Amino acid sequence: MKKDAKKTLIKLVVAVPLMFAFGFALVPLYDVFCEVTGINGKVFQSEYSEDLITDDGRTIAIQFISTNNENMPWTFKPSEQVMKIETGKYHGATFYVKNTTNRKMTAQAVPSVAPSNAAAHLKKLECFCFEQQELMPGEEALLPVKLLVSNELPSNIKNIILSYTIFDITDYNDEVLAHHQMAAE
Amino acid sequence: MSAVIENHHDDHHHGPAKGITRWLYTTNHKDIGTLYLWFSFAMFLIGGAMAMVIRAELFQPGMQIVEPEFYNQMITLHGLIMIFGGVMPAFVGLANWLVPMMIGAPDMALPRMNNLSFWILPFAFFILLSSLFMEGGAPNFGWTFYAPLSTTYAPPSVTFFIFSVHIMGASSIMGSINVVVTIMNMRAPGVDLMKMPLFVWSWLITAYLLIAVMPVLAGAVTMMLMDIHFGTSFFNAAGGGDPVLFQHIFWFFGHPEVYIMILPAFGIVSHIIETFSRKQLFGYSSMVWAMLSIAILSFVVWAHHMFTVGLPLAAEIFFMWATMLIAVPTGVKVFNWVATMFRGSLTFETPMLFAISFVVLFTIGGLSGLMLAIVPADFQYHDTYFVVAHFHYVLVPGAIFSIMAAVYYWIPKWCGNMYDERLGKLHFWLSFIGVNVTFFPQHFIGLAGMPRRYPDYSLIFADWNMVSSVGAFLFGFSQLLFLFIVIKTVMGGKKATDQVWEGAKGLEWTVASPAPYHTFSTPPKVD
Repeated sequence: MKKDAKKTLIKLVVAVPLMFAFGFALVPLYDVFCEVTGINGKVFQSEYSEDLITDDGRTIAIQFISTNNENMPWTFKPSEQVMKIETGKYHGATFYVKNTTNRKMTAQAVPSVAPSNAAAHLKKLECFCFEQQELMPGEEALLPVKLLVSNELPSNIKNIILSYTIFDITDYNDEVLAHHQMAAE
Repeated sequence: MSAVIENHHDDHHHGPAKGITRWLYTTNHKDIGTLYLWFSFAMFLIGGAMAMVIRAELFQPGMQIVEPEFYNQMITLHGLIMIFGGVMPAFVGLANWLVPMMIGAPDMALPRMNNLSFWILPFAFFILLSSLFMEGGAPNFGWTFYAPLSTTYAPPSVTFFIFSVHIMGASSIMGSINVVVTIMNMRAPGVDLMKMPLFVWSWLITAYLLIAVMPVLAGAVTMMLMDIHFGTSFFNAAGGGDPVLFQHIFWFFGHPEVYIMILPAFGIVSHIIETFSRKQLFGYSSMVWAMLSIAILSFVVWAHHMFTVGLPLAAEIFFMWATMLIAVPTGVKVFNWVATMFRGSLTFETPMLFAISFVVLFTIGGLSGLMLAIVPADFQYHDTYFVVAHFHYVLVPGAIFSIMAAVYYWIPKWCGNMYDERLGKLHFWLSFIGVNVTFFPQHFIGLAGMPRRYPDYSLIFADWNMVSSVGAFLFGFSQLLFLFIVIKTVMGGKKATDQVWEGAKGLEWTVASPAPYHTFSTPPKVD
């Protein structure tokens, strides 16, 4: 084979594993991109702020959806399916949970917001999803969430869906969870 | 000493070996091209038989012939086999036969790798097809194998599917590397880049696309494999992954893949229209630049397959405009073909008929693609039969018609015999009518809201589905006529001249018909 042909060949052969690696690099890139643009629907805990409170808010609907992970036997549902709320005011809502098993279990709820561009305007003062829930056999509880939708919410959004999926994390120790948490953030 | 030289001399003039080992051990680009073409023809018939099962089930509303589970396996395998087994190997086969002859090279640059890249393909498809007989059935998640359908909810045979995709990918990558090294380094003196035949150009660009995206596909299926067997959560939301990520990775491969299946067709059609118009091709350099810009744009439009996953508005607008931008270079090509025919002395032999209908019907497919690119409209069209009609218009009368045109156009050079022109024309008209009767009504039922990938449908779609099925049977059985014509031509027929076609230009027409086993052992003189 001619020298030039060998050069071309080597370049192409190197390109193949590079593109294979690029496919995997898309995974963290995707997370970073979603985080930077805030379109992953994730909402983190925010401080109470007077600046966000206004009187000239508008009424929007907020829908609550609860989902059980397939390995999670608990009963889990919002106390109210839909709430009419005012933007620029703090509102409270609750979710009902019951440990339907005969063993002590720990749960963690993971939130998601749709449409995704509403996530940046949703401020959670308090949410059960920021902590873990430990329930005894048959024990039930009302889990609180306290939130405010900023007045800056794009005017075309009239309906926000706040969805929670609840997971059984009884068998995970804190170290594993902390690792997951870091990976998620 | 002299005996050694004698032997050496003999070595250069041997013909093909005899028997089955000729095909198993061959490193000859013509033999390997033939193997690829026959293999793709076999896959085309198998994938076509699956399409017949699909259309038979959809002939009437209600469940008639197959179980819904089996229907899902049919649509999945039909897509995979037609794309990876039908269209792609056919183009690789044409590249093997034609690229060395068109650039005046004695063979491909890496003949042994060429043999390997073909001979792993039958194993890939054996593995894929064998999944039909496994417990739980064949893959049933559609050719796009979206997670979590293809991971959490997949049948056990998904692992075989993953390995067969790995093998297909390895084959494509090796084939592409071979094409690039051949074109970049083995052109006869005088064949400058901007003097290369357009088929060679189209394959150079296609090969680069393949090298860029097939490894990404391999990565996607590897992630699936890890999710299924090794406890990772790339696409599993419960473990911190994201199913939408799968779609991004898949379509990052998938959209360039669409152009991989059409760029070589652009090259083929350019040659045929030039020949039968007896004129020089209009706008050669704009054809090259158009293909290059289509290839580059293909990397920044992938999310137009995902408008309904909940992308931010800015992204939807970006991907909409980027997609529409592709219509510009594509339009340049269509107008160049029309301008080439304008005031030419046209004759309508079978290859030309296929080429002209390619231009017309591919344009219809392109225009429905533009409709799908409109974000608000796509929310209605997404996953309906309108999409099915769109991509079948660009793939069947697009890619596949171009392959048939290429076979009719170059087969006299390959085997030295002319095909039967009357039968060829009959095959064309049956195919042309069949394809339109099959797919045009699917636009209507799609706009009316019939979703794709279901074995049953509402009564309101019944009439057009029946029409579509009748067309599909016509098209399907016409391909047996194609098989007959090809076999008849290989067996005998009117001897072809070296130039074959009055208006044919290019190095491949300067060698004898049939093309000798070894051509251009010494580089030809090119002005």
